[in-house]
This record gives sequence, C-alpha cells and structure tokens, in this order.
Amino acid sequence: MHAKTNIFNLPETEFVHPGNRACAGCGLGIAYRIGLKALGKDTILVVPPSCLTVLQGLYPIAATKLPCLNVTFASAAAAATGVIGALQAFGREGINVVAWAGDGGTSDIGLQALSGAAERESNFIYICYDNEAYMNTGVQRSGTTPCGALTATTPIKGKLQKKKDVPAIMAAHHISYVASCSAAYPIDLYDKIKKATGMTGTKYIHIHTPCPPGWGFDPRYTIKMGKLAVESGLYDLYEIECDQFRLTDASEKLLKKKKLRDVDKYFKSQGRFKIMTDDQISAIREDIHRKWEAYWG
Amino acid sequence: MYTIESGNVAAALGVKLAGAQVIAAYPITPQTPLTEKLSEFIESREMDAQYIPVESEHSALAVCIAASTAGARAFTATSANGLLYMHEQIHWAAGARLPLVMCVVNRGVGAPWTVWNDHQDSISQRDTGWIQMYVCDHQQIVDTVIKAFRLAEAVSIPVMVCYDGYLLSHTYMPFDIPDQKSVDGFLSPYRPEYALDPDKPANFNTVTLPDVRADIHGRMSHGYMEVRYLLQEDMRKAIDVAGDIEKRFKQIFGRGGEPYVESYRCEDAEFIAVSMGSLAYQLRDVVDMLRDEGYKVGIAAIRLYRPFPDQAIAKTLEKAKGVIVFEKALSYGYQGPLCADIQSALYAQSNGRKKRPSVYPYILGLGGREIKTGDLINAVRRVCTETSTDTPDTLGWIGLKI
Ligand SMILES: Cc1ncc(C[n+]2csc(CCOP(=O)(O)OP(=O)(O)O)c2C)c(N)n1
Ligand code: SF4
Ligand SMILES: [Mg+2]
Repeated sequence: MHAKTNIFNLPETEFVHPGNRACAGCGLGIAYRIGLKALGKDTILVVPPSCLTVLQGLYPIAATKLPCLNVTFASAAAAATGVIGALQAFGREGINVVAWAGDGGTSDIGLQALSGAAERESNFIYICYDNEAYMNTGVQRSGTTPCGALTATTPIKGKLQKKKDVPAIMAAHHISYVASCSAAYPIDLYDKIKKATGMTGTKYIHIHTPCPPGWGFDPRYTIKMGKLAVESGLYDLYEIECDQFRLTDASEKLLKKKKLRDVDKYFKSQGRFKIMTDDQISAIREDIHRKWEAYWG
Repeated sequence: MYTIESGNVAAALGVKLAGAQVIAAYPITPQTPLTEKLSEFIESREMDAQYIPVESEHSALAVCIAASTAGARAFTATSANGLLYMHEQIHWAAGARLPLVMCVVNRGVGAPWTVWNDHQDSISQRDTGWIQMYVCDHQQIVDTVIKAFRLAEAVSIPVMVCYDGYLLSHTYMPFDIPDQKSVDGFLSPYRPEYALDPDKPANFNTVTLPDVRADIHGRMSHGYMEVRYLLQEDMRKAIDVAGDIEKRFKQIFGRGGEPYVESYRCEDAEFIAVSMGSLAYQLRDVVDMLRDEGYKVGIAAIRLYRPFPDQAIAKTLEKAKGVIVFEKALSYGYQGPLCADIQSALYAQSNGRKKRPSVYPYILGLGGREIKTGDLINAVRRVCTETSTDTPDTLGWIGLKI
C-alpha cells in the first residue's frame, strides 16, 4: 500500500494546461485536474459532448495533454470499448482507457451503451461527472437533476421527480468497482481513480461536481457546496468492491459521528432550489435520515 | 479455391482475408449470418481479431470509429433499420476520415416492417460522405470487400459495400476465394498517419470553428468548412483511385476491371437499361431476349454510386437513344435518386450541344416485391418502340398491384 495520499504528495505533473474554457469555480475543472493526475500519462480519453468538450478547447488548441477522442453523445462507453479492442489487437498493455462524460451523457442518452459495455466486462474506467443537469446546452433537466431544482426545462415548478441513482444501476451490473466521490474531496477522488487504474473489468466512478452558474451560487463556494451535500448526508462518498459497499472519507466519518448537518443550508444556498417549500425540504430530510439510520444500523 | 457458399459467407471470407482487426456488429436480418460467421472465425481462432458483441448498431459503429482512430482495421455490417440507427455515427465516421468498411445487406426500411430486399436503406445514407459500392454477385462480394479496405485506406474515407438481402445474402453460388498470400500482396497492413497514442497525445474531432484559427505557434488551421471541402475533394479523387485499385486487383487476381459501370452489350445499344446490384444481372437475360427479337439493347450496372463516376456513366450512356433506369429506392416526392443522378450526369456531359438520350424512370421491387423478367422485357420493349422523342418524366412502377 502506498503512503496515504495528501495534498503534499499528489503528483506534480499536470495534464490539464493552465487556462481552459471552464467557468470560474467549475467543479468539473477540479475533478478533471485531480483525476488526470491519478490516471497518469498512459491514458486514452473518450469524451462525449458536454462541458468537458468545451473545457478541452477549440481546434487546433487543446487543454489536455493526453490523447483524447471526442465522440457522439450516446457512444462514450461503446467507443471506449473500441479503443480497448484496438489496443488488444496490437497486444498493447498498460494503457488506461477512460470515458469521461457528464450526467446527461451517462444517465440518459449514454446509459444503453454504458450498460452494454459493463455487461461485456469491458476493461475500462467510466467517469461520470455529475453537475445535475445538461449544462453545456444551458441547464436543462437530466435524469440526475434532484427533485425541486429549477432548470430551463423545469422553469416554474422545479423538477418533480427524484434523482436517478446511476451508481446503483452500475452496481447491479456486478462490475469490478463502483465509486462515488465529490470534487470537494479531491484526495478521496484521487485515491478512488488510482485504485480503479489497478483493476481489470469495468470500473464506474461517479463524481458530484458543483456548477456555479447552473446551480446558482457564487464561484468561490464550489467546495463548500460539495461539502454541504456530503456533510448533510444527501450525497455519499462510497465504494463498492466485489459487491461490498463501504462509505469513505467524510461519509465514513459521519458513520462514526452519527450526526448529520441539516440539509436546509444546502438547499437555501443555491438559486436553483429557491422555490422549494419547507415541506419539500422536510420530505428530503426524512429520506436522508431513513438512509442513514440504515447505515448506522 | 472455388467454393459454393452464400453471399454472407462470401463477405465474411473477404473480411477475414482483408485481416480486419476489430469487428463489432449487431444482428439484423438479412445481415445476421455474416456476423455469425465472423464470430465463428474468431472464436475458432481461424481469424485473429477482436469481436465485440455490442448492444446496438449505434455502438457497433462507435466501436469501429474508436478502434480505427486507435489505428486498427475495423469492420461492421448491418441492414435497414440497423443502418438507420447508425445514422449519426455514419456521418461521424466520414467526417473523422476513418477508413472503415461496412457491408450493407440491402433491405427495405420500416414502417411497415419488411425484411425483404430493396435499396432504400443504403441510398438514404447517400449524402453522409461514405463511398458506396454495389455488387451483382457473390464473387463481387468477396472481391469488393477486399478492394474496399484498400480504397478506404488510400483515401481515408469509409466504404459501404452494398449487396442485396436474400437475393445475394442467402443464395448459394460458386465463387473463387482469393488466396491469402495474393491478398496480402494487394492489401498492406493499415498504418494511419495519426492515431490515439499516449506517446503522441492529440485531440481528435475537437469543436471546430466556422473560421480558420491559428494554433499556439501562429500557424493557421482549418475551420469546419475547410475540413468538409477536403472531404469533397478527396471523394472526387477517389474515383481515379478506385480505378487504379481495380487495375491492380485485375493484375493479381485476373478478375474485375470495371470499377464504375459494368456494361453488357452496350457498345452499339440504342437503349440501355441501368440498375444496381443483382437486378443488373437479371437484366442481362432481358437484354439477350430482346436482342434475339432484334432490339439493340444493353444493360449498365452502376458499381460505384458515391463518389458518382458521372463521366464514365455519361460516356457509357450518351450515344443511346433511351436510358431506362430501374430503381429499388425513392426520393419521396420526386423520383428515384439514381435516375436524378443519371439525368444530371447526362446533362453536364452534353453541355447543351448534343442531343441527350431520353431517360425513363422505373421503380420496382420495393420491400421484396417480385421482379418478373417478363415485366422487365415489356418495360424495355415498350421504351424501344415508343415513337415520341420527348424526355418522359412520369415515374413508371413495375409490379405494382393497385
Ligand atoms: C445526439 C445529440 N443530442 C443532443 C445533443 C446536444 N447536447 C450536447 S451536450 C448536451 C448536454 C450534456 O449534458 P451532460 O452530459 O450532463 O454534460 P454537461 O454539459 O452538463 O457537462 C446536449 C443535450 C448532442 N450533441 N447530440
Ligand atoms: S457550466 Fe458548470 S460544469 Fe459547465 S463549465 Fe461552467 S461551471 Fe463547469
Ligand atoms: Mg451535466
């Protein structure tokens, strides 16, 4: 086992050039920078249309120092399978094939291809950064938009349905590794991606990535929003290995502490939740407590 | 080596001989036996390749696109709705300039459901930037698949090899299986100029602006329009390249030699029938019978449909009095797409000076409607005996029971 990762011993090599097209305070920007450090040089990226496409830069300038294949919206996981097929045909080993997609590209239009690739036990890492809406096209609802959130396609009442639990769907494929992490906990994120690089089969990593313009908060609060979601027990950090579920990092601490922050603060500090009623928030609070009572046993 | 096999097996043998390295496909009638055969070749280790049993046609082409970008020779095959389900990826593969080869086992498209043959599936993909080749028999299937890889890799444009569902895919015919050594001499391994490689990182298919843009060293790079202009230029150049490849193939294998139009008794013909696929060979019987009756008729099979070899086609047809186009596809609200293409080729060629042949458009065989040789004879004979010299523009339907 390597020494415990901390901010001082993270690899210094950067794979994202300084200066890219993401907004100020972009949670994806943080997760991407740390994630690529964990993946390292021997990596091939596959990216469907999303904010990441824009972050990558406009031809002929690229923001990433790794080989990257831009593909159609629904096809990230299948395309990753194709890269693996080619590498296998050449007998080339030791390259991480990584699909990195948004929540829309994962939970909605890309779910079929992802499920197919996972069922085929394709040897790749699939990373979904979850900013909880279609941000690239102007903040429309997605399958992972939480209940209550205003988006451009839920403009008056907010989304009425619950967030789709994509990691659970992936866990139901009994793949090698499923992890849930957050841009607000970069060390936990780094460790999980690093761990995934050492495993064979399909590895699915879901990252909560706060988005200032899409969620309606000041860019300086990105980390704060991510932490509030975790500390209030709404979004959990965990990993599932050999079908065994384990909370990690801050969520693991909550397990010991047996106390959650009130979720009210999370909702009250984001513009997208401004029409949520106290009753709606109470209902979610109850859901959270029911979930954590089960964790606490 | 001669064998008697189905058209789908002929295609599979072509893919095997061509040494495809990554194959991904999804079952659809009547393509299914082709991909089953390939998976059998690979599982039995008769063929050294990766077979990826994807969950959809969209993903099948995604796999091929990615494998090809990573530098592998990739193949897929489909029919009808499977082809339509790929549509977004079909454009993508051409825009990305990937030398994929895909067999399209031609079938009508839904709704209503049909599993039988016509050409609406591949014709509806005409404007995607793929090269399209149509074949008339089993020998041409196996040979064309091999030639298609060479052409695709020479011009960096993907190729569809289109053959008729059931009529060719499921019928058995004798054909010669080219020997591996000769194929290896004809088709060298695929070595792309650029590929996904951590040692040479590059970003592929990046968002490209309407205008040209300088890179970080100040060198100008193409905008979207330049990228697309080059696809068009290279498509047109592919006509000559296909001709050179055909010559080389003939030198080695002693077959072929007509990459654009395969003519039968056209030299002195006053009336020439035109079609694509197996129907062209059925029309040879029609031509022979009408010749016996004293009519000077011929049949021209269009082998390369995109890029359209307009000059070769016009040269074949320009001296005729009448051209009768038999088509298994429609551009709804107008006429058959091949007919429109032929008219425009003849128009450009004659340049207003010479008299152009009259063109008679016929639609037939949609959704597998039986094409009776007697009906074809009547249609051609009627044109031969028609006295009017005006260009007839009403669409004729053969075999319609309405
Ligand atoms: C087939 C297809 N449909 C729609 C689009 C338009 N589109 C591009 S990105 C996008 C939303 C992406 O959302 P997500 O995956 O969540 O990534 P984000 O932009 O939020 O980072 C959409 C709808 C497309 N490019 N292709
Ligand atoms: S919209 Fe949100 S996810 Fe997209 S770049 Fe801006 S901050 Fe990042
Ligand atoms: Mg999103």
